[in-house]
Amino acid sequence: MSAVAEDKVWVRQAKAQSALSKLFDWKPFLVAMCMLPALGLLFVFLTYPLGLGIWLAFTDTTIGRSGRWVGLENFEYMLEDPIWWNAVFFSVFYTGVATIGKFGLGLWLALLLNNHLPFKSMLRAIILLPWIVPTVLTAIAFWWIYNPQFSIISWIFIELGLRTTNIDFINTAWPARWSLIGANIWRGIPFVAISLLAGLQTISPSLYEAALLDGSTGWQRFRYITFPMLLPILAIVMTFSIIFTFTDFQLVYAITRGGPVNSTHLLATLAFQRGIPGGQLGEGAAIAVSMIPFLVFATLFSYFALARRKWQQGESND
Amino acid sequence: MSATTEPQQTNAATAQPETMTWDSKTRRMVTIYVPLACFLIILLFPFYWMTITAFKPNAELYDYNTHNPFWITSPTLDHIRLLLFGTAYPRWLMTTMIVSVCATVLSLLSSTLAAYAIQRLRYKGSQYVGLAIYLAYLVPPSILFIPLATMVFQLGLFDSPLALILVYPTFLIPFCTWLLIGYFKSIPFELEECALIDGATRLQILWQITLPLAVPGLISAGIFSFTLSWNEFIYALAFIQSSENKTVPVAILTELVTGDVYQWGALMAGSLLGSLPVAIFYSFFVDYYVSSLTGAVKE
Repeated sequence: MSAVAEDKVWVRQAKAQSALSKLFDWKPFLVAMCMLPALGLLFVFLTYPLGLGIWLAFTDTTIGRSGRWVGLENFEYMLEDPIWWNAVFFSVFYTGVATIGKFGLGLWLALLLNNHLPFKSMLRAIILLPWIVPTVLTAIAFWWIYNPQFSIISWIFIELGLRTTNIDFINTAWPARWSLIGANIWRGIPFVAISLLAGLQTISPSLYEAALLDGSTGWQRFRYITFPMLLPILAIVMTFSIIFTFTDFQLVYAITRGGPVNSTHLLATLAFQRGIPGGQLGEGAAIAVSMIPFLVFATLFSYFALARRKWQQGESND
Repeated sequence: MSATTEPQQTNAATAQPETMTWDSKTRRMVTIYVPLACFLIILLFPFYWMTITAFKPNAELYDYNTHNPFWITSPTLDHIRLLLFGTAYPRWLMTTMIVSVCATVLSLLSSTLAAYAIQRLRYKGSQYVGLAIYLAYLVPPSILFIPLATMVFQLGLFDSPLALILVYPTFLIPFCTWLLIGYFKSIPFELEECALIDGATRLQILWQITLPLAVPGLISAGIFSFTLSWNEFIYALAFIQSSENKTVPVAILTELVTGDVYQWGALMAGSLLGSLPVAIFYSFFVDYYVSSLTGAVKE
């Protein structure tokens, strides 16, 4: 009897809910309300512009004039343009060399930090500094370091007697390319090192103990334990790194602006130069779209690397 | 001497699992501390150089022969004074701050709701929405800025900080959602079940139970969003025309770099001041930042 009475009390409380709060307890409505802001923003300012960009690539739109459909004309023009080919070459070269440099040095730094060190958390904080400071501002510092007349690196080399003249960092094509790659590696090392350090810390020490008992060498422990255990994280971090290095813009724009004589244009800086100051939006969009195949490749790589692990919000928690 | 200390060293080393492979102090010195010191010097040198240039008088700045370039003999505040009173720098800082804070709040709000819905409400297809949001993070701004520039122009938002506030969430929301899904997953579902049995509505649960428990996650996502917005360059360069609406990174590169003679002192002072807010903000929450960075990769 008493249970029924309590039931009634409970029902009455539920009735006190207003219509609005009832609506918010209705799951489909609640889900829709929760997803609306995020998906709305992403749809309007990400998915739609992505489609619009592809459409613009097939038109001759300029600033202030909406374009006509011109088919593949922009792409045909692009394929005959030596500057575009040069940008493709430099984008691939820049990404390739910078990724190898970043991951080689980053992995080394992560292995160093994985030792028992004093002030470890402070070290970690200091090492991340190049990553959090705005890229453009550090790029300006590099621009000053690479100054043809007052470069501090040249000064050190001359003082040490290794050279007699200033190093020409950014005024001829190849030195400029290497200087940009150097700055990119400098900025990328902290992210790689800290991410890989997180991966290293998840490897159980008992694996190393077992390997030590079996008489393994340091290299064998790295090759057969550390590296395979690190591979899933390495794959994800590398995908992100490749995507964001390939589409890099800030560093090149701040240090060389694509010069000297267009030799250091990346696809992104070339697209910007043609599209915004040049006004040729259609052509710029075509150049930007030409980055997509590379990105799709990198994304598929990431997806399959992720799919090998348990999907994050999958039913089974690991 | 060394023969007596070495075995002790080995004993001490074997006591700790992390150092078990190292057999002597010198070897440890050469293989760990020396490379680490080199890394630190190289990683920090540009900041040191930036700082020292910002306080050097021009006479020392362009003369390495009579003054040691690594030190300042007579530090000056001229460059900073020029920057603060001779240019619109305070205004640029203000704009950047407003844009970063608004974009951060907007993306935190929407990604909290989205992450809650994906992780806790578990509707049909929520996995695929999660995957789609993750993929959105892989779309770089470099391929979006041209179509976005035309959209911003048509919406009448060209040259307005509002355009940046609306556009920045596109790269902030995917990251924050991803991070918060991970945090919500770590909160026991039983707590919510108890609240549901006690008759709380879903929104009450989110506001009074889940969110207070997810505060570390929210802080991480907030710091990350703030620094990413502060660093953003290409959208701000493409959408903003007038000097007073520019953000710090864009303004330094387009307003301070004029003509053939660069004011290196002022440029470095501007870079230093522009980096400081992020660096200070970061130093307060460094553990959250590191955990968000590594957590996002590990998840």
